[in-house]
Amino acid sequence: MALAAVALAGCNERAKTEVHTGGDPGRGSLLVDEEACGSCHVIPDKAQGNGLVGPPLAGIARRAVIAGLLPNTPDNMTRWLQSPQSVVPGNAMPNMGLTQQQARDITAYLYTLD
Amino acid sequence: MLQPLHNGGAPTGMSPDWPMGFLHTYGPRADPVTGLAWGLSIISIAVVVIVTVLVLTGVLRRAGRGEVAALRPVRGEGGMQWIYIGLALTLVALLGSLVWTVTVLAEVDSPASKPALTIQVTGHQWWWEATYSGDDPSRAFTTANEIHIPVGQPVMVKLTGADVIHSFWIPTLTGKTDAIPGRTNVAWLQADQPGVYRGQCTEYCGQQHAHMAMYVIADPPAAFQAWAAQQRQPAAQPAAPQQVMGEQVFVQQCGACHTVRGTPAGGVVGPDLTHLMSRRTIGAGLLPNTVGALSGWIENPQAMKPGVLMPPTKVAPVQLAALRAYLETLR
Repeated sequence: MALAAVALAGCNERAKTEVHTGGDPGRGSLLVDEEACGSCHVIPDKAQGNGLVGPPLAGIARRAVIAGLLPNTPDNMTRWLQSPQSVVPGNAMPNMGLTQQQARDITAYLYTLD
Repeated sequence: MLQPLHNGGAPTGMSPDWPMGFLHTYGPRADPVTGLAWGLSIISIAVVVIVTVLVLTGVLRRAGRGEVAALRPVRGEGGMQWIYIGLALTLVALLGSLVWTVTVLAEVDSPASKPALTIQVTGHQWWWEATYSGDDPSRAFTTANEIHIPVGQPVMVKLTGADVIHSFWIPTLTGKTDAIPGRTNVAWLQADQPGVYRGQCTEYCGQQHAHMAMYVIADPPAAFQAWAAQQRQPAAQPAAPQQVMGEQVFVQQCGACHTVRGTPAGGVVGPDLTHLMSRRTIGAGLLPNTVGALSGWIENPQAMKPGVLMPPTKVAPVQLAALRAYLETLR
């Protein structure tokens, strides 16, 4: 019990999000820069994250629904990031040609945002 | 901050983006100036060191009580010769620096051989327009924020400003030259290595002065010719229905400000977008040229670059998707 408590205490947000999503938030953060997600979304901690086209991404881990349609689970977030046009055809967010692992990495990063 | 651009050919040890330095240069327009800057710095530091040592020696040398009276200047004992030696050394250093400076100025004033081409570069709030005219007007083309040049050949740049004074600066290739409305200033540059060299507006020109970058891309001559031939082409006709719809949206909503050669879109307020997808960035170095960045920029550029002349277009998402599909054909 004590051991478990120690293990939990040492378990930071970053490790938790890795376990949940199967992605690497560090790589996800770089991908968010490369794809310029910040040109549409306000993203905390990102200098270029001041877009006013789509919703802000602060606290997205705690939001219930993605795109007004999908329950917010890591798998659904990955699916949405990889192919927003097949989830909601004709919506403003483009398919960016992400691989599944890249989408998982971005999901992991998004789930670290407060 | 921008991610470093994917670039196979930047000179060794040089990121195209950061830091923007002028202490390593890559062409004959800038190299003599770099040598001069180092040389004058070393001379200046040497002077400071020598003077400091002499002053400190004088201050710290402890004179005995009885010696103060002996410090009275005594004429005719040869002391003046130190003044003459000091003056002579100073004159040699100053004259040497002057001759060196003037020689360098003369050296970088004009290129050693006839320029390979002339580019008209116009500074706008807040982007750079580049027109490659040459001798034959039918072969002229216009692009923006990316200046391609052939490696190893001098290139003339005729500079003017469209609205306010800007200044053209590629620190690794050439010094600053102002781009002034109603006036043409001439600069030249030459890159000795293939690579991507970042430039920046360096005369404060308004709210987004800091987001007014450009890239000089030095290609081997054959690659440069291929690029120029491709840029001369009008835009290809879109084929897919979504792309055709995108072209219609573009002509109606964007064509008053932007040109795409080969379509009715002929605006001259903003950058020529005929070969938009051949460029690395959008917004004058602000964003990488990705589909996501394009989407955000088209919908609401004011959020990314407040004050930019382009208004929030707020096109419907279906039209935005069509626009994206069309813009991706502008290669």
